[in-house]
Amino acid sequence: MHRFSLRTLLAEALIGHEGWERQWRSPEPKSAYDAVIVGGGGHGLATAYYLAKEHGLTEIAVLEKGWIGGGNTGRNTTIIRSNYLYEESAAIYEHAVRLWEGLSRELNYNVMFSQRGVMMLAHNVHDVQSLKRHVYANRLNGIDNEWLSAEQAKAFCPPLNISPHMRYPVIGASLQRRGGVARHDAVAWGYARGADAMGVDIIQNCEVLGFMRGPDGSVTGVETSKGPIRTPRVGVVAAGHTSVIMARAGLRMPLESFPLQALVSEPVKPVFPCVVMSNTIHAYISQSDRGELVIGAGTDQYVSYSQQGGMHIATHTLEAICELFPQFSRLRMLRNWGGIVDVTPDRSPIIGLTPIPGLYVNCGWGTGGFKATPGSGHVFAHTIAKGEPHPINAPFALDRFRTGRLIDEAAAAAVAH
Amino acid sequence: MLLITCPYCGARPESEFRCGGEAHIARPPQPGNVDDTAWADYLFYRTNPKGVHAERWLHAHGCQRWFNMLRDTASDQVIGIYAMGKSRPDRPKT
Repeated sequence: MHRFSLRTLLAEALIGHEGWERQWRSPEPKSAYDAVIVGGGGHGLATAYYLAKEHGLTEIAVLEKGWIGGGNTGRNTTIIRSNYLYEESAAIYEHAVRLWEGLSRELNYNVMFSQRGVMMLAHNVHDVQSLKRHVYANRLNGIDNEWLSAEQAKAFCPPLNISPHMRYPVIGASLQRRGGVARHDAVAWGYARGADAMGVDIIQNCEVLGFMRGPDGSVTGVETSKGPIRTPRVGVVAAGHTSVIMARAGLRMPLESFPLQALVSEPVKPVFPCVVMSNTIHAYISQSDRGELVIGAGTDQYVSYSQQGGMHIATHTLEAICELFPQFSRLRMLRNWGGIVDVTPDRSPIIGLTPIPGLYVNCGWGTGGFKATPGSGHVFAHTIAKGEPHPINAPFALDRFRTGRLIDEAAAAAVAH
Repeated sequence: MLLITCPYCGARPESEFRCGGEAHIARPPQPGNVDDTAWADYLFYRTNPKGVHAERWLHAHGCQRWFNMLRDTASDQVIGIYAMGKSRPDRPKT
């Protein structure tokens, strides 16, 4: 692997940047691997990276139906935070934030992680109680989160409208200063490059069509659009298409897939210093380093795989944005798009074993998976390598829907998170 | 936004309706007699197909009546609408 450094940059500058090599190979699949990861998004690539780096597996393939990072990794609003209410959630998202903090150096790849602060707005008494409860719970778990008055919120984010004459006035906010954003494509590319350098085969345009099973029912391989591949371990990290893949193994899942929309404005000068979220009037917004305002909308109400949502959903969010930031009302929106998110009944992910030996699943991240990418891949790699979950993902077992031990972030957050 | 033909009111915009999720999920008649796996399957597990999906809709801001709908989740095309209590028109009667 060609390491990126000031020295290599200068050396390349002298030869007209002709010497840069491709960042990962494009191999044909071998007939057998030690482990196969289904899905080449951030979570899948991170899983392969940590399997190779920390668990010594080198014969690993990542099978991607389309191109890497082309699903929800490339479609989210890149918000990173760990201010979740329950201990189990706080543990896994904080695990991810700590990995984010060292990720650019770890991967020798600038993922542009920017801890510019994530502020969540309160518009009514219930919001205040709920957000303060989050602040206290987070602090008990060693996670930074603080309460701000409306004036302090405006000082932190000057574009914010705190007029008492708004339909839903801002009466306070919680702020996680270690939260922020990262460059989504760089996360996929950085993990792909790092995994490839350790011998992981990243195979794009390769769809998994079925599973091969042994006499005891365990997985012995996968049938793909590029032929059969034998392997004793399969990790499915297919986000919105998890139900479709698992149905090919004969399993039903506690998941429903919904379109989630996001949109970006035309690029403008730096005007927005942080991330602002409002669960109550449903808006979230930040500014990318290209200058576009990145705005997240909600999910549609029906199951869909169409990667597009209703315009009324985006309109609803833009109305909220214009109320909070009236100066953006004349900005034009450049693009909007949808991603298909797999939502669990308790709005917490599923990471662990399945009823089929050798088949592992990492799914159900719903509307908030990007922030967890490094932590999710790290604990899922442990789960696949050891055949049992890491302590951090043990509570997120598929079996919790049978035992009733739910991690009900749906009740904690009330909306998309 | 979907254009949905309510069987009682005619074609109306989706914003008048609420989606009630997957149709034809029967509550076990004796919940106390089923094991945890069957109860979890009833409560939480869903078909979530990429293709034809049977789902319940409520005309919430209209006649307030429920009906079933078949829709292709890959294209969002509405395929058919049928009354509550009827079986799926695209499946042979069992």
